[in-house]
Amino acid sequence: MTRLIGLNALMVALAVAAFGVVMAPIGVRRARADLVRATYSATYAMFALVTIATFAMIFALVTHDFSVGYVAQVGSRATPLFYTIISLWGALEGSILFWAWVLSLLSALVVFWNRDREGALIPYTTMTMLAVSVFFLILLVGPANPFTLIAPTPLDGPGPNPLLQNHILMGVHPPLLYLGYVGMTVPFAFAVGAMAAGEVGEDTWIKLSRRWTLGAWAFLTAAIIAGMWWSYEVLGWGGYWAWDPVENASFMPWLTSTAFLHSMMVQERRGMLKLWNLNLIVATFALTILGTFLTRSGVLSSVHAFGEGPIGMYFLVAIAVTLVASFALVAGNSEQLSSEGRLDSVASRETVILLNNLMLTAFTFTVLVGTLFPIIAEAARGVKVSVGEPFFNKMSLPLIASLLFLMGVGPALPWRRASKEVVRRQLLPPLIGAVIAAVAAIAVGAHQVYAVLTFAFAAFALVANVREYVTGVKARMTLRNESAVTALGRLVGANRRRYGGYIAHLGIIAMGVAIAASSTFRREYEATLRKGESMAAGGYSVKLLEVYGREEPQRSRIAASVAILKDGAEIGRLDPAMNFYPTSQQPIPTPAVRSRAWGDIYINLMAFQQDGSNATLKVIVEPLVPWIWFGGGIICLGAIVSMFPTRRRSAAWMGARVAPDGRGARPSPGAATPAGGMLASNTLEGAD
Amino acid sequence: MNWKRAASASIVAVPIILLLGYGMTRDPKEIPSPLPGREAPAFSLAVFAEGVGAQRRAVGDTVRLAEHAGEVVVLNFWASWCLACRDEHSALSAVSEAYAPKGVQFYGMLYNDVPANGTRWISQMGGQSYPSLEDPRTRTAIDYGLYGVPETFFVGRDGRVAYKHVGPISAVVLARKLDSLLALPGPSRPSGGRPVGEPVGEPVGEPARSVAVPRAGR
Repeated sequence: MTRLIGLNALMVALAVAAFGVVMAPIGVRRARADLVRATYSATYAMFALVTIATFAMIFALVTHDFSVGYVAQVGSRATPLFYTIISLWGALEGSILFWAWVLSLLSALVVFWNRDREGALIPYTTMTMLAVSVFFLILLVGPANPFTLIAPTPLDGPGPNPLLQNHILMGVHPPLLYLGYVGMTVPFAFAVGAMAAGEVGEDTWIKLSRRWTLGAWAFLTAAIIAGMWWSYEVLGWGGYWAWDPVENASFMPWLTSTAFLHSMMVQERRGMLKLWNLNLIVATFALTILGTFLTRSGVLSSVHAFGEGPIGMYFLVAIAVTLVASFALVAGNSEQLSSEGRLDSVASRETVILLNNLMLTAFTFTVLVGTLFPIIAEAARGVKVSVGEPFFNKMSLPLIASLLFLMGVGPALPWRRASKEVVRRQLLPPLIGAVIAAVAAIAVGAHQVYAVLTFAFAAFALVANVREYVTGVKARMTLRNESAVTALGRLVGANRRRYGGYIAHLGIIAMGVAIAASSTFRREYEATLRKGESMAAGGYSVKLLEVYGREEPQRSRIAASVAILKDGAEIGRLDPAMNFYPTSQQPIPTPAVRSRAWGDIYINLMAFQQDGSNATLKVIVEPLVPWIWFGGGIICLGAIVSMFPTRRRSAAWMGARVAPDGRGARPSPGAATPAGGMLASNTLEGAD
Repeated sequence: MNWKRAASASIVAVPIILLLGYGMTRDPKEIPSPLPGREAPAFSLAVFAEGVGAQRRAVGDTVRLAEHAGEVVVLNFWASWCLACRDEHSALSAVSEAYAPKGVQFYGMLYNDVPANGTRWISQMGGQSYPSLEDPRTRTAIDYGLYGVPETFFVGRDGRVAYKHVGPISAVVLARKLDSLLALPGPSRPSGGRPVGEPVGEPVGEPARSVAVPRAGR
């Protein structure tokens, strides 16, 4: 019953979405408003239907209906309820269903907020969103159907992937990633809509895209950080990034969308880079599909085992359609895309943003080549190769260091042209900061060139970005006689877009420093201890108290109880463990981490004696690691701040209305105006 | 829209698509396994499901790989919780029945599962023509470097692993691989040097008992 409701809802949703794809262009060409409205209604209907299917699946999971194929694949009676629900995205079919649901939600929102807008842009945007939905719905009724019938009905299932069950972050990471990936469909759809409508010379699509791109980018950022955190907390090697194809797949669209967020400002301010922006957003969308293809098709090794079916072929077709159609549209419209302005001076913000874009694109290309190289090598020379961390580290370190540097120069320089005097005045303090940081880093014991450069440029960018706040606050304090806190709140509130960006910069700096410090100053210690024995680990002493086992319904757990001592006094206890799941061949290590702002003590149980008499422990002391996660939070905060609309700049500047919403963590009451109001205010903040 | 430019730009997509398409034809999981060509790891495991006909072994019997020296042996790792194992079940059962007279021995190897689930699954699926062994602590699976279930190993007459098949196997692939293995001469012993299906260590005549087969379940 549940199965049939779900399956039929998906089939009707497919028909409805396909109807919308056909009706939108007819409605625009023949100027039939009723057909365009029918397209909008189709979008709402599709959202309702996919929602029904998603809830049917959740219901089947919760009620352990093993006649449903997907439930038989990931369900188990022993799995706790929470993990049963999140196993919705624990395997291929369910995650495609979840993806389709988010996509239909976003499509409905795009239509809802823009339904009264005149012209062909929104109908064609809706058409694009629906076309992407059609693809996912075809997958859902065809090769990735989660509602297949299993007969005879199994009595129990294997339960979700042990890695999913083992840590809460694995429950958070996939939906964040899908929200980020799916979110990138919206700016892409606006771009395609503008090209199809022939409105690409205007900036409307860029203005409409900005907030969606920021939102998707924030989710993608959070997803990447959650993924790093997860691999740090679970995989037991004390690292957070390994340049695995799956990680690269999420990193590449992040790089191109970061570039897009910067270069769209140049288009709005100076009317330049129009063609470039279209290419960036097309590339971002194509990379999200490519990433899914790479990790789901079995082209590259991934953790997903068998039963992928022919889904890779479908994704290949989707990539082909996306690339051919987008390239054709971009090239066909390129005559409209001539620049209105040109670079006036090398010393200007637009030059720095251009350089930042070149770096980010080069970075994307490097990661793409490294990821695809195994296929290229096999095609060209017939050999199996793998591209390891050394390649990526070698290529990315100079890029990361120069990006940090540019992040300091950009905010310090004005648009158009900076005089020598301005350049000197703006860049001298950051430069002093950089020199101090470099000397300090070498004194503490950093010897690799890129580590020192990273610390130096991070300090450079930190001083430059903080100075933007300081000068702004000072100006307000003297001009308006405000207190420092009020001045800061109003400064940010009145220029959310600009200062939100600087907040995100601070987050990137925190991450950069933390990554450089934790990889440069990381120390590892390993020893086999008997009960009561201790080992020394970087100023601490780690003592094994006992080894114990515990049976839980869905797994068994072997853990070591360990005391951490400093100067003979106990400062904390940790219980690193290994979890054994019935469906997994290997134990899942579960390291224990003691986190403090200055750094982590990370203990992993490597091996143990059956009788519990001894255990092998690996202790890793890594400075500043929590700042990676914290920095990720700051980045997302920055994105949120710059996403929410600014009130009329003049009003805020005049101090006419009190703006107590200072930090802007939540939308101001003004944002509660109808959708048209939100969009209108968007155009008002053009001058940042 | 400038269609000429549009067409020429879309050609740029072709090499990318071709490369990815080529990638589709490769299998990255087909990691050159060191196992094929090597001596098959020995095992000694208890039977928990009997099987039918010539291949039948009593529940509780201990099976050693060494018993089958000079024969072709197929080891299929499976589990009751494995959905793909359902797909290949009928093919395995049928091919095993057809090749038993030619001196091919099939064993099911239960992977990360309890025998009770295994026997229930077999009866649900309508029986299994060959015996299944339990593999406590998945020792044997580890010896064979199992990546997941199902996986099927072909041990040749020389006692070496000849092929390894990852994922559900079809009757056609099974028959083709078995035919090619049977065509090779055994190293020391001539083929069929021992009466087919005679379990070592049991009195001759025992196979006659094999009529009473539990095709239980329905």
